[in-house]
Amino acid sequence: MALTEQEILAGLGKIINEITGIPADEVTAEKSFVDDLDIDSLSMVEIAVAAQDEFGVEIPDDQLKHLKTVKDVINFIQA
Amino acid sequence: MRLGQGAPAARILAFGGYQPAQVVTNDDLAARLDTNDEWIQSRVGIKERRVAGPQESEIDLAVQAGGKALAASGLSSDDIDLVIVATCTIEAPIPNAAGRVAHRLGITAPGAYDLNAACAGFCYALAAASDAVRSGSATNVLVVGSEKLSQWVDSEDRSTVVIFADGAGAAVVGPSDRPGIGPVAWGSAGDKAEAIQIKDRRSFLYQEGQTVFRWATTALHPVAKLACERAGVDPADLAAFVPHQANLRIVEAIARKLGADNAIVARDIVLAGNTSAASIPLALSRMIERGEVQSGGLALLLGFGAGLTYASQVIEIP
Repeated sequence: MALTEQEILAGLGKIINEITGIPADEVTAEKSFVDDLDIDSLSMVEIAVAAQDEFGVEIPDDQLKHLKTVKDVINFIQA
Repeated sequence: MRLGQGAPAARILAFGGYQPAQVVTNDDLAARLDTNDEWIQSRVGIKERRVAGPQESEIDLAVQAGGKALAASGLSSDDIDLVIVATCTIEAPIPNAAGRVAHRLGITAPGAYDLNAACAGFCYALAAASDAVRSGSATNVLVVGSEKLSQWVDSEDRSTVVIFADGAGAAVVGPSDRPGIGPVAWGSAGDKAEAIQIKDRRSFLYQEGQTVFRWATTALHPVAKLACERAGVDPADLAAFVPHQANLRIVEAIARKLGADNAIVARDIVLAGNTSAASIPLALSRMIERGEVQSGGLALLLGFGAGLTYASQVIEIP
């Protein structure tokens, strides 16, 4: 069964908190990884790898660079 | 025909390390390139690195480190009958480095060859040395990792010049009654060969940072665990974990996933940069010098890099 946006957001919040230390409740859908959350490209790779383990969806590097906001990642996982 | 008479096992008698004198700090790089200390430290964990000048070759670096390891081993040059130099940055491929290094150290007529497994080179060479001692092909082996990456890096390319550096590290491997070098876990991923490459003889070193980072943080901790398993060593019993010093964030990610909770993790990259095949013996020689690790303790080595190649083994610290 497909996960809801809220479920994926909660999972991403937990992953981002573990990797970067950013509080999970600051991770909201409209936030930009670079501009709002100050997450760099290497942390994005770690987040993508952890998201793959959590949600079973691979996010390759050539796709990852197009995912600018939390919502972009949620959409990618849901697609 | 009959087989040679080898030793029951091999061990490392001593390590030696050498860095060239010239220090290049992050501020030095920031003065001429669009980069800064905070960016470099947060992305790769390096504060400073060493670079050899035009008068100092990868052969010179290897001779320095090899000479130190030989002196610390208590053996003389006459005792060495095989020299392996792990390098991927030799200025010209003919003649090889090993023969010249041996000659400069007064080692007469040894087997001498270079080994290119890039940043995994030292672990590959150590496995080859251990096997040579056990098979009887050699009695005592000098293994050197030596790199002058500065001559293959574009000094204007901020993505590589901040990371790669020059240095050398060496070990003397000899016979032993009990295992001092565990079975190697090694392999390669030629499908990702283009992720780290020097395209041709007129090109500089190029790497796809994100691809390498993803590979290193996901594919390698199982290799390290396999090396422990093959040696019959629980990661919790390791005194030290010495992975290739590629990037501090890779080092820390692998260490986290390995579960070597009681091991000191090598963080030599902070003051040495990424010195490819030299990084593991250089880091370990300095940890021994500083008294951070004790003789008889177990260290897990993990080399990985261009190829892509990887190799890991447990060793007893001399």
